[in-house]
Amino acid sequence: MKPVNHKALFLVIPVLVLVAISAVIPLMTVVNYSVQDTFGNNVFTWAGTSWYENVLHSERFWNALVRNLIFSGIILAIEIPLGILVALHMPRRGFGVAVCLVLMALPLLIPWNVVGTIWQVFGRVDIGLLGAALKGAGVDYNYVQDPIDAWATLIAMDVWHWTSLVTLLAYAGLVSIPDAYYQAARIDGASGWQVFRHIQLPKMAHVLTIAILLRFMDSFTIYTEPFVVTGGGPGNSTTFVSIDLVQMAVGQFDLGPAAAMSIIYFLIILTFSWVFYAVMTREDSKPVPDEKENAS
Amino acid sequence: MARIDLANVRHAYGPEPQSDADYALRHVNQAFDNGGAYALLGPSGCGKTSLLNIISGLVAPTEGRVRFDGVDVTDLPTARRNISQVFQFPVVYDSMSVRDNLAFPLRNRGMKGVEAKKRADEVLDMIGLKRQGNRRARGLTADEKQKISLGRGLVRSDVNAILFDEPLTVIDPEMKWRLRAQLKELHKRFGYTMIYVTHDQTEALTFADKVVVMYEGQIVQVGSPEDLFERPRHTFVGYFIGSPGMNVIPTQLEGQAVRVGEYVAPLPIRPIIRGEPKLEIGVRPEYVRVSSEGIPMQIKRVEDVGRLKIVHAIAEGYPITAVVREGAAIPADPHFTIDTGKLLLYADSWRVDLGDGVQ
Repeated sequence: MKPVNHKALFLVIPVLVLVAISAVIPLMTVVNYSVQDTFGNNVFTWAGTSWYENVLHSERFWNALVRNLIFSGIILAIEIPLGILVALHMPRRGFGVAVCLVLMALPLLIPWNVVGTIWQVFGRVDIGLLGAALKGAGVDYNYVQDPIDAWATLIAMDVWHWTSLVTLLAYAGLVSIPDAYYQAARIDGASGWQVFRHIQLPKMAHVLTIAILLRFMDSFTIYTEPFVVTGGGPGNSTTFVSIDLVQMAVGQFDLGPAAAMSIIYFLIILTFSWVFYAVMTREDSKPVPDEKENAS
Repeated sequence: MARIDLANVRHAYGPEPQSDADYALRHVNQAFDNGGAYALLGPSGCGKTSLLNIISGLVAPTEGRVRFDGVDVTDLPTARRNISQVFQFPVVYDSMSVRDNLAFPLRNRGMKGVEAKKRADEVLDMIGLKRQGNRRARGLTADEKQKISLGRGLVRSDVNAILFDEPLTVIDPEMKWRLRAQLKELHKRFGYTMIYVTHDQTEALTFADKVVVMYEGQIVQVGSPEDLFERPRHTFVGYFIGSPGMNVIPTQLEGQAVRVGEYVAPLPIRPIIRGEPKLEIGVRPEYVRVSSEGIPMQIKRVEDVGRLKIVHAIAEGYPITAVVREGAAIPADPHFTIDTGKLLLYADSWRVDLGDGVQ
């Protein structure tokens, strides 16, 4: 038998400490706030589940949550197909590859609040290139006053900012496909659509799973950009859960409800991500029913 | 099935080829008879795969024409050439079942679902994957996947030719023998035109009726396994076929004889040599007799390879190998002789006709 020693523990301790400081302790603090009430002076009283009940019965929370879901749904529906489409048309070899990759990476390198500022200025009807151009063209566009325009601006900004992430991931999947697959498809008389459906898409499946997960989690927790561009308005039309949360915690100093909301928000994201991941990776090694691909 | 003709085919992958070295295929004129089983044999990078891809239309040749049964197909796309091809590494459609993988090329050519399924099942039986028919192709082992690729190559019965590009590389040795025997059997039963690319001489010699040996972008010899062994047209064929390869020794011509050092060997006729080429004699190790008379040699090393022994020696300053039976005694003062009629003469690496009628 091997002598038992605990050296391995010393190697794990730094990570444990870091995770504890960065995640576990803050999370537990939030849990702590969510079950207590305070009127300042560090005096806390037990509140039980009442904050949770408040949040779950608050229309404001549900409205924000629905806005979040709609936003994530829309940007996924645009960014994933668009990202794949761009990746399919990127050059595979030669000088163009480097140029494309650098151009694609640029939006990803810009700090989020700067992205917000860029679009905030870009969309202004008085001085912004987009806003002024649209106004000049006779379109009644004003993201400060019109909820639809505010949403359109946020979606356009997110697509501009993040589609290249999907593209880069999809491209990585595409370039890993050996030439023999395309050659075999030509031998087998496959159409362009069949090549996409039966070769490219399955080979991209894994990276696309990651792309969808990342984009879902990021867009569901979006805060900085809408905060900078619209500040949650006009009215409450672009107030997402995270914006609402900050208003409640920092603006109104309602620590208890804000903490309860954080925990619920966290659990929702966790659940969604887990379900997504489980559904998307379940496909492997499952037998297909007979004749399913019949004469595709 | 069709006869395939390659006329003056040259191919370069880079733009504007200047010298011969820029061509992956230098100059190929070759006919593949209808129903023949051919092996394309040669080392890596000799242009075998390029040649195969030109036949199937995956690669358009820089120059020259490709004809199937006399019809020029050079400008036809792959799908319309009606060729099937199996690649070195497995290609399976992950999202389909094993059976649908095989039925895919049939359905793409308009075969009805039931009929395609029936045909796919026949082939599944042949490659031994009948039980896995309903399984998703993803998650199978590499050799099962390669069997699917092989099956897809065999599933269409009306193809002009079936091309194999080192299809058994990833298959384990025992299965290799079985599949190769099955391919050979299929060839006998259905008379497909088959072209089989390999760099393994055993594979080529056991599979094919005719072996096409390629070297540096050219076809150096086409012949039966026996031709390649007995009368290599090029010294490369001598090295490449046979184990160990042929002995090749520089020589000078003296009338109707060749001289190596102080030894002279007579030739059956006076060969016709133009110019001043580099002359070499070639002799298979199997025809070098180790004895106590003849040309003296120093033995460097003896390898025992089971029923045979391979003798590595130096004679007249040149390395020479001989193959002797396991029990044969090797004299203390070794000499060697060469079996009569087994001496071959090469001028600039190409064989010189010594009156045996074969060129």
